[in-house]
Amino acid sequence: MTPQLVVFFVLAALAVIGAASLILQKHPIHSALSLIVVMVALAGLYLLMGAEFVAAVQIIVYGGAIMVLFVFVIMLLNAGVEEHTSISKMAGPPGLLLVVALAGFIAATIARSTESVQTASQTGAMASTKGISNMLFKDFVYPFELTSFLILVAILGATVLAQREKH
Amino acid sequence: MVPTNYYVVLSAILFGLGVFAFIFKRNIITIFMSIELMLNAVNLAFVAFSQALGKLDGQVFVLFVIVVAAAEAAVGLGIIILIARNRQSLNVERVDLLKL
Repeated sequence: MTPQLVVFFVLAALAVIGAASLILQKHPIHSALSLIVVMVALAGLYLLMGAEFVAAVQIIVYGGAIMVLFVFVIMLLNAGVEEHTSISKMAGPPGLLLVVALAGFIAATIARSTESVQTASQTGAMASTKGISNMLFKDFVYPFELTSFLILVAILGATVLAQREKH
Repeated sequence: MVPTNYYVVLSAILFGLGVFAFIFKRNIITIFMSIELMLNAVNLAFVAFSQALGKLDGQVFVLFVIVVAAAEAAVGLGIIILIARNRQSLNVERVDLLKL
């Protein structure tokens, strides 16, 4: 049991507990806080893998911007405890079975195919941030420019959708 | 050094929990959050394979996924505000305009 493995299991348990808590909590604000726990745990896992730039972006964009937006909307709409009808309660057990089957299938399929992936020797984080910026602004420069256009369209869409129409 | 398989299995578990939350929850905001959970699970698999192969493509893709998720959150929450204003409820079972 190496230290990395211990850290991995602690963070993985934190992520799974957070995700389960997202399902079990009745109030949306509690679900949002559980989701923040999952995201912080995933950021820790990215650090463990030597992807420090992705970890920072995960904290700043997901944990910061997106989740603040969620909490803001929950408070703006004054969302209360969710109500369950008899049909949605009935869907629980078969849904759980199917989801377990789905997760098992995905894990088994991908885990089997990773055996052919020969693990590259760890070259000490291989200047991860520098490498990412090189790829982002050389190989992926057109998709990168397209994302700025996408964000512009999203801003316009959100503004148009959320504004109160005049009578 | 943690084996890549561990990350992949964790990613599948988180994705499954996201799918379950998506079909079981009735609050539209929580359903939206479960979509974010699924995107996060896929990001974990991307970074795990990026590390296993020693290439950075996976991490660049994670950045694109995060950007798309941010745009999606902005538009989706706008739609949620519209639904809440028109239906006076956040329960998805009340949003049945297309139902016969």
